[in-house]
Formats: sequence, structure tokens, C-alpha cells
Amino acid sequence: MVNEKVILVENLTKKFEDFTAVDHISFDVHKGEIFGFLGANGAGKTTAMRMLSGLSMPTSGKAMVAGFDVYRENEKIKRNIGYMSQKFSLYEDLTVRENIRFYAGIYGKSSHFIKEKTELVLDELHLTAEGDKLVKSLPLGWKQKLAFSVAIFHEPRIVFLDEPTGGVDPVTRREFWHMIYEAAASGITVFVTTHYMDEAEYCDRVSIMVDGRIDALDTPQQLKKTFAAISMDEVFLKLARKATRAGD
Amino acid sequence: MRTLKYLLQKEFRQIFRDPSILRLIFIMPVIQLIILPFAADYEIKNIKLAVIDHDHSSYSRNLIAKIASSGYFILTNYTGSYSEAMGKLEHDKADLILEVPVSFEKELVKESESKLFLAVNAINGVKAGLGSAYLRSIIQDYNKEVRTEWIQFPRFDPETNIAVTYSNWFNPSMNYKIFMVPGILVLLLTMVGANLTAINIVREKEIGTIEQINVTPVSKVHFILGKLIPFWILGLAVFTLGLGIARLFYGITPAGNMMTVYVFAAVYLLAVLGLGLLISTYADNQQQAMLISFFLMMIFILLGGLYTSIDSMPSWAKAITKANPVSYFIEVIRMVVLKGSGLADIKSQLLTISGFAIVLNGWAILNYHKRS
Repeated sequence: MVNEKVILVENLTKKFEDFTAVDHISFDVHKGEIFGFLGANGAGKTTAMRMLSGLSMPTSGKAMVAGFDVYRENEKIKRNIGYMSQKFSLYEDLTVRENIRFYAGIYGKSSHFIKEKTELVLDELHLTAEGDKLVKSLPLGWKQKLAFSVAIFHEPRIVFLDEPTGGVDPVTRREFWHMIYEAAASGITVFVTTHYMDEAEYCDRVSIMVDGRIDALDTPQQLKKTFAAISMDEVFLKLARKATRAGD
Repeated sequence: MRTLKYLLQKEFRQIFRDPSILRLIFIMPVIQLIILPFAADYEIKNIKLAVIDHDHSSYSRNLIAKIASSGYFILTNYTGSYSEAMGKLEHDKADLILEVPVSFEKELVKESESKLFLAVNAINGVKAGLGSAYLRSIIQDYNKEVRTEWIQFPRFDPETNIAVTYSNWFNPSMNYKIFMVPGILVLLLTMVGANLTAINIVREKEIGTIEQINVTPVSKVHFILGKLIPFWILGLAVFTLGLGIARLFYGITPAGNMMTVYVFAAVYLLAVLGLGLLISTYADNQQQAMLISFFLMMIFILLGGLYTSIDSMPSWAKAITKANPVSYFIEVIRMVVLKGSGLADIKSQLLTISGFAIVLNGWAILNYHKRS
């Protein structure tokens, strides 16, 4: 089962009245892969991700996530995925430990599991001393790392990350990507959107969305070859320049 | 069940960690219950009276002294000129003008009949109406005194009189506070219940945590119960506090069974919390939620039977009060507190309010979408 496909998407479309946010996209994601989902602001990345995680109802097309249909089995999908949205979404008025406990608890994890793994995660994040501090007192970079740890705490099969490193300093970004690699190594498929082209280079495969469509999908090496570019930055610029849609 | 436990634990932690919520929940009702009933007084006192006395006789002075000693009026002006008194009325320095004509005493003695003139500032309708009614009854009383003074031997009363005597049932001393305090408590409970739930959920929408919960397997019903239960408990705590104040400050103890009030309050809270939930499913931000609940609250208060009697409303307004949960609770709490009604007496109100609870919560659950 090396090439098991955990996400299968065929002609997936989302329309908001007469505006087509996502326009017949098709791709698949393999198990344990780090799948980069690139595109300019307003290209439709977040909408696509929200459809896959069961937060948004597709207008047409097919999609299977973790073996479940997005139309009928969206609640089953939710048991098998983690999600980290663009907006920071831990409770600022709860402590680090309370946040972990709450999110792990509502995923149905046992108290024993939660207790043991909390200490492990805090240790990895070097947050053991801050465990009983309110989340709002942490710096942004730490919050983002904590949010990622919370998103994969219940050991999902896939984790969706929507611009997880926005506004984070380069050192923390590097640490963040280290965590992403570790998660992928443990078998979690990572579906990540980003604006940083150096981060795109870290992905196993990258898709680039322009005006709601996927215009390119391949490994970073292959994309550079195809578009005769020296960096992902150049590839992105060549594609994104064609966009007619205004960014948000 | 375990999911619910985690949801409740989180909610209580947040509530008890936020001092402003606690302040809002407990200090606001206490202060309002202590201050409002004293201010929201049905009795009209301190009516400013200007007297134009053209007569300056002993009869006119007696009449004026009698009016001034009634306690309802403040004699602000005593003059001989109509235009001066009218000026006072125009400048809001007088609510009523009483004009005693030149030959008041003379005509009274000679013709056994005299006239008085009353001018009323009707900008404040209640004050004008009650003020002139008080004044009329004082004058009538005075009239009777004069007559008994003159007709020494009333063997047969030449006029047939129907004397009406009153007996005020259920609130013998007509203490308006017994009437107002339970009603104000109902309003407080409504505001605390509907506002807090609506704002709490909308705030999660604004911060984005609701989306994080929507992406978990937590069911709609669990999520909503996780919000309802803590505020239901808080609401009952506020209610208990309010009843305590009513007893401590106003000596109001329900004539009926306390349990009856609690049973109704428990169901009523579910309805009000359901309304809060419903508002939160329609509002995108806290301002919207506040505006919607203020709008509803105004209607609830004015058409709730607290300040105005529902029985004297026009039929279309009466129809609106049927859709107003507040009116049922005000009715019930007055029935239990003043009359001692039991569960059997409030059955129809209890059933109606259960209907409200089911419809509002059901609607909120239907309108809450985990997926857009």
C-alpha cells in the first residue's frame, strides 16, 4: 500500500452565485505525502480545502477524503482529519494544557491518552514550563506550533494546513517545517497551502492554482524543468501572472 | 456523553475566567433590582400645581390648603393672574392650573353652587390624567364637607348616592413593588439568558474557533447543549439571587409554592436561551447580535405586561403579546407570588412556554450549519 491515495478529487467545483471560486479541479494525494497547495490570494485554495475538510458543500464534482465521500460522509471525514485554519483558532482564554485537553477530548480520546501525550507534546515544543499559561500570553510563532500540534494530537490520517506560517519569523518557520516532516514521517498526509516559495521546495509535490483552476501539478524539480525556471518562485510568477482575478 | 463533558468543562472555565461576564451576570441584576423598583413607581406624586386665586376668601384658602396637604401636589405658584400661571405651564414649571373665580365664596353661599377651572398640561399623559383625577376627587371631597357643614339635619338625603367601597384582593395594600419586582426579575432573566448565549456563540464565530469545532466530529446537538447547559445553570443562579433580593429588600415571599416558580423558570430559561441561540445562528458579529436582541427586548418589555396592562391594549397588540414569552412569565410569577397559584393553575402558560422552548431550540438547531 505504498501508493495508497488518501485524497481523490475529480472535477470538484464550488460556485457562489455566479462566481466560480473553484473550477473543476482534479488531483490525488498519496499517503504520507507533503502536498503543497499554491496559488495567489483569491485563487480558491481555502475554498478547495474547506470542501475537502467537510466545512463547505461542493457545487459539483467528486471527492473522496480518507476513503469517505465529501457529500455524504463528511462527519466520518472529520474523524480522520486535522485542520489548522488561517485564523488562529485555539482559545486564548484557556491555558496550553486546557486547549490540548479540550480538542483531544472532543475527538473522543481517552483521558489516559490525553494525559500522557500532552506531556510528550509539551516537551517536544519546549512548552512544559508554559503549560499552565494562557495561550494569549504566548508569542505568535509558539502559538502556531501549538496549533499544529493540537491539529495532529488525535492522530488523524490527513492534516490540512491553511497558510500555517503566515507572519512567523524564519527560524520558527524552519522549526515548523521540521514538525511537518516529522508528522509526514509518522504516516500523516500533509496538505498545506503557503505563499512562501522556499516552503514549496520542501513539498513532495506541488499544485498551483490560478483563477480557481489547477494549472500545474508536479514535483518541485519537475515543475522547474517544465517551466524552464531556476526556482519555484519563477515558476509561480510565470503562472500567476496569467491570473485575471483580483486578489483579496 | 464524554464530548459533552469536555464542552461543558471548557465553557465553565471560560465563564469563570472572564470577570466581565461574572460582573454582568451577578452585579447587574442586583443593582437593577434594588434601584429600578423604587424609580418605576406607578403612583404619581410631586405634581406641580399653580393656583390662580381671584377670590382670596376663606373657602378658597381652605380648598387650597386641603389640596396642598394631600401629599400629591406641590404648590409651585400662587397668583392672581391667569397669564402668569399659563406661563408657568408653558415653561413646564406647572402640570396643573386651578383657577378659582372672583365670586367663588359668594356664589357658593348664595347660590349653593360655584365653578372652578382646571387646565392640564397633557404632555405627560399619565401624570395629567392621574393629576386631574386626584384633584377632582379632592374637590369633590371638599364639596361634601361644605355640604355636611350646611345641611345640618339630613334626615333624607335629597340625592340618591351609590357609595362604592373597595377591597383589594391579593395585594391588599396596593403595594406596587410586589407587583413590579417579580416583573423586573423576569426581564433581567430574559436579558441575561438571550444576550449572553447569543453573544457567546457569535464571539466564537468572530474569533474563528467555531470553525475549528465544525471541523471536528462534535455533533450539532452536543455543541448546542454545551452552550445551553452552562447558561441555563447561570440563569437559575441569577433567578435565585433575584428572589433572594426580593425577599431581603422588599419582603416579598411567594404566596404560592416556590417550586412552581422554579419549574416555570427552568422551562422559560430554555425558551429564552433558545432565542439567544437562534439569534446567534443569524448574526455574523457581536454588533448584529446586540442589535437584534435589543430590538426584540424593547418589544418584549413594552408588550410584556410589566408597565402597561395587556388587557387594555388594542387587539393587534394583544396578538403580539401572545408571541412574547416575557408576558407569560410575568403573568405566572405574579399569579404565584401574589395569588399563590399552583402548577395546575399555570398549566396552560407552562405548556405554551414549553412550545416556545421546543420551537426556538429546534429552529436554532436546524439553522446551525456545520457546513456552508
